[in-house]
Formats: sequence, C-alpha cells, structure tokens
Amino acid sequence: MKARQKRLVLVGLAIVGVGAAAALALSALQSNISYFFSPSQVLAKEAPADHVFRLGGLVSKGTVKRAEDGLTVTFDVTDMAQTVKVSYTGILPDLFKEGQGAVTRGRLGPDGIFYAEEVLAKHDEEYMPPEVADTLKTAHAQGMTGAAGAQPGPVARQVQTSGAVTQ
Amino acid sequence: MIPELGHFALILALGLALVQAVFPLWGSFAGRRAWMELARPLALGQLTFLAIAFACLLQAFLTDDFSVVYVATNSNSLMPDIYKVSALWGAHEGSLLLWVFLLAAWGAAVATFSRNLPLPMIARVISVQGMIAIGFLLFMLLTSNPFERIFPAPLEGRDLNPLLQDFGLAIHPPMLYMGYVGLSVAFAFAIAALMGGKLDAAWARWSRPWTTVAWIFLTVGIALGSWWAYYELGWGGWWFWDPVENASFMPWLVATALIHSLAVTEKRAAFKSWTVLLAISAFSLSLLGTFLVRSGVLTSVHAFATDPTRGTFILAFLVIVIGGSLVLYAWRAPAVSGGGRFDLVSRESFLLINNLLLAALALLVLFGTLAPLIYEAAGWGKISVGFPWFNTMFIVLSPLLVLAMGIGPMTRWKHDEIPRLVRRLWVAFALSLAVFALASTRLLLPGNLHVGLGLGLTAWLVLTHLLNLSERLKNKGGIKRIASDLRGRSRSYYGMWLAHLGVAMFIVGATMVSNFGTETDVRMSPGDVHEAAGYRFQFNGAKSVQGPNYRAQRGEFLVYQGERQVAVLHPEKRAYVAGGMPMTEAGIDAGFLRDLYVSLGEPVGDRGDWAVRLYYKPYVRWIWLAGVLMALGGILAATDGRYRTLRKAATLPAGNLARA
Repeated sequence: MKARQKRLVLVGLAIVGVGAAAALALSALQSNISYFFSPSQVLAKEAPADHVFRLGGLVSKGTVKRAEDGLTVTFDVTDMAQTVKVSYTGILPDLFKEGQGAVTRGRLGPDGIFYAEEVLAKHDEEYMPPEVADTLKTAHAQGMTGAAGAQPGPVARQVQTSGAVTQ
Repeated sequence: MIPELGHFALILALGLALVQAVFPLWGSFAGRRAWMELARPLALGQLTFLAIAFACLLQAFLTDDFSVVYVATNSNSLMPDIYKVSALWGAHEGSLLLWVFLLAAWGAAVATFSRNLPLPMIARVISVQGMIAIGFLLFMLLTSNPFERIFPAPLEGRDLNPLLQDFGLAIHPPMLYMGYVGLSVAFAFAIAALMGGKLDAAWARWSRPWTTVAWIFLTVGIALGSWWAYYELGWGGWWFWDPVENASFMPWLVATALIHSLAVTEKRAAFKSWTVLLAISAFSLSLLGTFLVRSGVLTSVHAFATDPTRGTFILAFLVIVIGGSLVLYAWRAPAVSGGGRFDLVSRESFLLINNLLLAALALLVLFGTLAPLIYEAAGWGKISVGFPWFNTMFIVLSPLLVLAMGIGPMTRWKHDEIPRLVRRLWVAFALSLAVFALASTRLLLPGNLHVGLGLGLTAWLVLTHLLNLSERLKNKGGIKRIASDLRGRSRSYYGMWLAHLGVAMFIVGATMVSNFGTETDVRMSPGDVHEAAGYRFQFNGAKSVQGPNYRAQRGEFLVYQGERQVAVLHPEKRAYVAGGMPMTEAGIDAGFLRDLYVSLGEPVGDRGDWAVRLYYKPYVRWIWLAGVLMALGGILAATDGRYRTLRKAATLPAGNLARA
C-alpha cells in the first residue's frame, strides 16, 4: 500500500471507531439517565410511572418514621405546594434531616408512594441540591422563608472534595 | 498586618507575571537577548512572592486569625494543626492560591533544570506560564481574595468540613494540583514550539520528562482521592463517576495519551501536531476541571456556592486560553506537521490506537459530565447520568485498549510483519483465552462474562509483558542485565513495564471487587451476629467517646472466620462540635486480598440497636496499589539516563545538543 492509502485506511478506521463509540454512547444514555421531578410534577402525573426517576424537595418535619423492626423508613418530600410519601429500605446518609433538602432516586408505586433505591442528602449546612432550590423557587410557595440555606450567604462555605459523598 | 503583607505579595506577583508574560516573549521575537534572559530570574521572583503569600495565609491559619474571612469560614481553634494546614486548600480561595503557588514552583523548576534549552525556547515557555499566572492572580484578586478581612472578627471559626479533616484529603489536593499545574509545562512547551514554528524530536525530548512527572502526580492524586472516598465517606465505593472525579480523570486520560504520543514524537518524529493538540487539550481539561468544580454549574452532590461574577470570569478565561491556543494551533500546526512515516503494522499504529481510544474515553467522560448541563440548557429536562452509563462505556472500550497494550510493545517501530507477531504472541493469546473461558464459567470460581473478560485481559497483559522482558533479556545478556539497564539509559523500558503491570493489577482489583464484593444493610442489637461472605460479624454495642473536636458513638464489632477471630472493628458516628455535622467513620480491616468494612448507620429503636452496613471487599487494595505501580513506572521513565546525559552535556561550553 502507498502511504496515502495507508493514511486513508487509518483515518477511515478512526472515523468508524468514533462513530461506533458515539452511537453506543447515545443509545446507552437513553437507558441510563434519570430525570428529576418535583412533588407537584409527580402529582400532575408528569413523571413516568414505569421508569426510574429522581424526586426531590424538602423532607417535611415530623414525617420521618422508622419501622419498628428492620430498616424501612418513610418520610414526606415536599416542594411547599405538594407532598409525596417516600419509602426507603436501608441506611440514610449522614446529612439526611427533617426540614432539609433531599433527592431520592427510585420508582413511583401504584399506591402513590415513591419507592426509593437511593437517597442523596445535602452535603453540608448551606448546601441545597440545585434541583431542590429550583423546585422551591418555582413552587412559588408562601412558606418559603423557612427553606433554610437555599441561598448561601456571602460567607458561605465552599468545600472541595473528591469523590461523591453519597451514593 | 501579615494578611495585608500576603495580599501585597499577590499584587506584586501579578505585576511580575505581567512582565514575565510580555518581555521574554517579545525578546524572543525581537532577538533581544537581555529580555529573554529576564525569564529565569522572573520565574524565581514569581515563586518568591507567591511563597510569601502562601506563608502569610498559612500563618493566619496556624495562629487562628479569624479576622481573615477565609480562615474564619474554614478553620477552628480546636482543630489539630495538621488540618489547619490542609484547611488552607480546603476551599475555593485557598485552593486557588495553592494552584498559582504550584504554578510558580513548576515555572521555577523549569527555569532551574532546563539549562540545556535554547534561550528563545525557555523565554517563550516561561512567558506562557506567566500568562496563565496572570489569569489566576487576577481571578483571585478580583473575585476570590483569600486575605479579605472581616470586622468585627468572630471569636471562633466555623470549622473545616469534617469530611476534609483527614490525612488522605490533606495531601490529595496538592498532589492533584501538582498534576494539573504540571500539565501547564507540557502546554507551555507546546505553545512555545508552535510560536517558534519548530517541532522536532528535541522538543519532544525536553517536554517528555516534565509531562511524565505531571502525570505521576495526577496518578497519585487520583488514587489518593479514590482511597479517601473509600474509607472516609463510609459507603465503601472507590469511584463514583462524580463530576468532581471526572474532572481529574479527563486530564489523566489525555495526559496518558500524551506521554505515549510524545514517545512517538521523540523516537520517530511522527504524530507531531497530534502531540501538540494533546498537550493543549490536557491542560485545557485541567483548567476546565479546576473551574467546573469551583463554579458550581454542575449538579454534583458536592457543595459549591455559586457566584455569577466568578462564573463569568472563569468562562472568559477558559475561552481565552482554550480558544487562543486552538487558534494558534490552527494557524501554525500545518507548518510543523509531517515527519516519520510508518506502516499499518508498526508500533506507531498501535500507539495511535492507544491514543485514539484514550481520547475517545476522555471525550465520553466529558460528554457524560456535561450532558446534564446540555439537557438543561436545551430545555429537555433535568437529568443525571448514572454510573452504569460510564461503566458500560469503559467495559466496551478498554478491552480494545488492553489488547493493543499487549501487542504494541512487542511490535517493531516503522514496520513489522503480521506472521512474526502471530508467531510471538499466539501462546500468550491462547493462554489468555483459556483464562477468559475458565473465569467466564463457574468451574473454578463463581465467574461470569465480566470476570472472564477482566481476568483474561489481565493474563494477556501479564503474559505479553513477561514475554517481552524475557526476549529483551535474552537478546541483551540475561537477567544480570536488569541492574545495568536500571542504572543506564533503559530505565524507561522498565517504567513502561511496571506501569503496564499496574494496569493489569487495576483490572484485577476492579473486576474482583465489582463482581465478588458484598454489601449488607442490617439492623443489629448488641450481641447480635450476622454472617456475610463467610465472615461472622458480632456487634457488641456502641458507646460514647470524646474526640479533640467531636463527640462520637463508637461501635465494636468482632469478626470471626470459622472459629478464629480475624478482626476487631470500631466504626464511629461522629458529631463535630463546631458545625454539628454528623459523619460516619468506617471500621476497616485492610488486607492484601480482602477488606472487611463496617459502617454505622443510625441508632434505631431504644434498645441500643443500630442500622449497620457490612461490606466484604475482595482485592480492593489492588486498585490503589495499581496507582502506586504506575507512579513508580513513571518515576523510572522520567529519570531515564538519556535526560540526565542531556543535562550534563549542556554544561559543556559548546551546547551543540541544544538546538534552537
């Protein structure tokens, strides 16, 4: 083969490879992304009934209940307009607290309860998951003033860490 | 007073950086030797002033000067001294100071250790570094001054995030930043070469050891971060595909491609413009990583306050650096390309495959990291890309990379014959296939296709590299040769060898822990016994203990294998005095072949029960040991004799090795 032909073969291979990788990446993406919905959107039936999605908001005060035995815990997630009951079996993250923001990932059951496979809580005192902050803003609720820490102050703590805090 | 001194030193450093960015570069084009000779002293001066600023901030931390806002928000008088030091780079402003200080340190190192470089080259390299420093210093002084005061000063600081009060994390950011910033040297060399219009093997040889050293730091930094996440976060994971991790992994992937591509440019004078493009991309990704983490644009589970002025500055800086260097590349690269030709079957081709795959992986990680932003900007909804997606991408692409890794080193430069390769490699291939087949079934261990793939690829890497070493020794005089090779000019061969075995080790660790690790959530009363993965965990209750700046509930677990007690674990649930933040401190029994890992969830009921999580993590240590092997390999490669010889030759009056 001449040098020119060889280069063409190499370039061709590279293009085929990149194309294949892109096709694979996009097709796999469809089954691996999870959308975020607020309680209001869930009650308006905007969330898929048969697909994993993320639900976020504030954990309502006084609603966190552990089962008498075992590890199942239930709590309400609210955007100040609507509320969805969440059930989760397992260990909650360190920073999960009533009255604070949380994001959960799971499926909506036919009984209207959200069965979470994973609970992510905010990372430290000031932090609010961005989706939760947005949700609270768009829910234009009156009682928003209580949403502690949605707006970090000028001396807000910024933290540099490597590695996710909750999984 | 001292914080003001630090602030002043920063301003002076900015002034010096301006001079450094303009005059040596100008001199190199105008042919003014005096201006070019300014470069070295300027680089050292830059380091001096930034060292002063750094020392001033350090002093503020060590003396608990809470009138400095940054100290007040990130430190606390109760904190042990070592964490007061690491708190300096625990948040935004301080980590920028660390970044720019390390940049100056690399600049000074280049100025000191590159005596053999032609003057115009060194002048341009140091000028480019000055330009980067201007960006960072302006950013600090305008938006993120670490020396800002607060009045009245608070009596007590707010404490460092307890997750960061840890030895692993005390040294992780400096390591990572050394890597990020080190890539600025490769970048500066590339830009300088583009400006000069001369890209040759000599350029690659100068640039190579610096790039390798940056890569070593990056490798160590990432491995440390992964190790820290594993033991400190209490969730037993070693990699989460979190945006913050991806931010460090993308430059690593590209830097890995770069050190391989530089090898081709040095030995065969090929891949020139590709190498330059990689050097630009690696540093651009470092910048993107530094800033993505900082600007808070990403939906990460990490906490980052958003600030629009910072965001705008960052965006503008990125556009100037990346856009500017790409424009320069588009303008000058056509003039410097060309070079060594090679056949389809040659080592160059396999290195090209390696480069393309690594670049593809980096692009995929970039895409997965930015996809949520793209979706949101396009109004398609708020999404998150789960780690199954990233895993799928790697499981599909990396086997090809590993196959090429086995063949590449066995192939000749420029031209090789397929029959010759088949003759040398078929035994290794057949054996690896056998390992793959065995491990895919349940004959020896409860395997599956993933296990088969992982162990088969490991066998392939190990066998091909053993074969390679034995052939090399046979041709060059037996096993005794190793010692003299290591002393002389063949160190880089052993560096390659070790680093590649590191990859094999990593594959074993990742495969085993992903497929055979177990994790059990269970509620345990004091005295309860739970069995997991052949180990019996006995819970002896939890009691209160007092730490220097926290209170903790400390549980006790006895772990038995059969009748033998193998470990006593003390996981803790801490509450820090200053922030009141709860934190899980896992109890870990580390071993070469397996870790036992217990973390306390929360107290349940009123009889002293706890929700606990029990993990069995086979071969998990191999993942980080792999990082150590790769770093050792890098050290061998960077200290190869031929770079030292060059340095010695340069001290001779007639610097004929150093061509302009």
